Amino acid sequence: MTGKRIITLVLIIAVLALLAALPAVVSRDSIINMAVLVLLYVALASSWNILGGYTGQTNLGHAAFFGLGGLTTRLLWLSAGWSLFPSLLAGAGAATTLALIIGTPAFKLKGVYFAIGTLALGQVLNVTVGDMFPMITSLPVQQLVSYQLLPRYYLFVGLAVLTVGTAYVLVNSRLGLGMMAVREEEEAAESLGVSAFRHKLLALVVSAFLAGLTGGAFAFYHVGYYPQFLFSPVWTFDALMMAYIGGTGTIIGPIIGALFFVVAKELLALRLVEIHLTVFGTLFILVVLFLPGGFVQAWASIRRALVRQLGARGVRLASRRQAS
Amino acid sequence: MLGPIAQNLVFGIMVGGLYGLAAVGLSLVFGVTKFLNVAHGELLMLGGYAGFWIFTLWGVDPFLSLPLVVVCLVLIGLVLYKLLFARMVKLTEENKIKNTLLVGFGLSLVFQNMALRLWSADDRGITTAYSGQALTLFGVRFPVVRLASLAIAVVTLLLLDLFLHRTYTGKAIRATVQDWEAATLMGIDIHRVYLLSFVVGAAVAGIAGALVSVGYSIEPAMGLEWTLIALIVMVLGGLGSIVGTFVGGLVLGVTQSLTSYWIGGTYREIVALLIFLVVLVFRPQGLFGSKEG
Repeated sequence: MTGKRIITLVLIIAVLALLAALPAVVSRDSIINMAVLVLLYVALASSWNILGGYTGQTNLGHAAFFGLGGLTTRLLWLSAGWSLFPSLLAGAGAATTLALIIGTPAFKLKGVYFAIGTLALGQVLNVTVGDMFPMITSLPVQQLVSYQLLPRYYLFVGLAVLTVGTAYVLVNSRLGLGMMAVREEEEAAESLGVSAFRHKLLALVVSAFLAGLTGGAFAFYHVGYYPQFLFSPVWTFDALMMAYIGGTGTIIGPIIGALFFVVAKELLALRLVEIHLTVFGTLFILVVLFLPGGFVQAWASIRRALVRQLGARGVRLASRRQAS
Repeated sequence: MLGPIAQNLVFGIMVGGLYGLAAVGLSLVFGVTKFLNVAHGELLMLGGYAGFWIFTLWGVDPFLSLPLVVVCLVLIGLVLYKLLFARMVKLTEENKIKNTLLVGFGLSLVFQNMALRLWSADDRGITTAYSGQALTLFGVRFPVVRLASLAIAVVTLLLLDLFLHRTYTGKAIRATVQDWEAATLMGIDIHRVYLLSFVVGAAVAGIAGALVSVGYSIEPAMGLEWTLIALIVMVLGGLGSIVGTFVGGLVLGVTQSLTSYWIGGTYREIVALLIFLVVLVFRPQGLFGSKEG
């Protein structure tokens, strides 16, 4: 094991310990709620990143999977009286089923046509759900009385770990290499025997499963909302922006993006009334134009510049020492 | 029985004219520059608000203020192009489409959020002294405002068609669509052509938006729906033909209108999107460009 790997491992353990201990350290619900939001976005952005970042297919209908997972879980858990975990799995299953159904026609579309097609598909579901479920869904009174934040917080911790872990294992496998090959040059990948369609479909299915699970967790967490809310294109755009701002096609990028997004939103919302979307929109445009790799790339270039400077100084010192 | 259907047909054609107008701007920009500006709906929204405020603050008739709206949108288009889109001209075609799509997304968020802060989320519309008037022909109502809007849409499209086919600049634009490399070799300054098409696209979106604010209503979040409509019509009509795009708009308008009548208002949008998806899937890629096909 190299030194770098050990540092990464120590960091991961530290973050996990911090997440586990957070409720013991801070007692204010607002902080825990904020942490839930960060974890939710980590899961959503990381799941988008599997298809959008690693496989290069810009999915603009991600909210459909998130929403379908949320809708299914909420219906089974609240209305049909299922217990939580089967409901969550069913929600993720529904999202996966949708992914399998649309996969074949959707991947007939290449590049930007895939983006537009998924955008339209997301809107179809958004409008349909708004029409079919016009009423607000609220937790019943006995649920409200016994509402506990901590189990929900830990569910989101588990979800974020599962999502990031799945993404990590997937992209470091042979399949992940295939996905990235498809992203870089589809025809070249095909000529080497990597089926573009199968790798895209795999990425879509995994991405949809995780997004559906995230939607289900949201349905368990949130007290009252309109079912259509989960299908709003805003979820897609937020996830996409976080992935881009942090750095697409990296594991850490969506995590940094989500953390930055939530914390900055909180700070901005306090000072400037509700213009955070203007700020994020602008930042997003700047990242696309000038920093295609997001924060991750920016950090890498800063570090390289530092190393070069320090390295140069080291050489100078060494030569001086030799001379004397 | 026939009466309501005729009425819905008429309404569908009227709204379809605006769809066509909205799509022509997007299609012109995409065809010439390969910029897929998904903030097109937001440009429409800005045009709508320009018309609305000129009317509300100064009482200028919305049809007379159209040139002013055009001036506003030309300026916005110029700034957007110089500040953002000019930087993406040199990218490869695939990256150009993708990056402009992403930048357009950022822009649509910014515009939508700013409009929401500045002008609130209220639905706005222009009500003139003649807004309620309508001509009645064989029992079918033709609201004056919407009739005038349709006429303006048709005239705008005809002027644009004349511009593209009869003037030197218009021919330069079409030459760039066909083959920008050959166009450059023939001494056409493609940066000017790009800028011009982008600005004209913005101006046409502004006109469409202003007309929407007269006959219908506008709000800060209308952009996505109109961008989708413009995309759908662009796909239905095919690229490069203004008449085709306009007909695509009419087809969509009539389809939506009849769907509302037979199935219900909320399915209007869904039917449009489904048609779009089917067309996209069964005629992949060949739809936008005849060049590759």
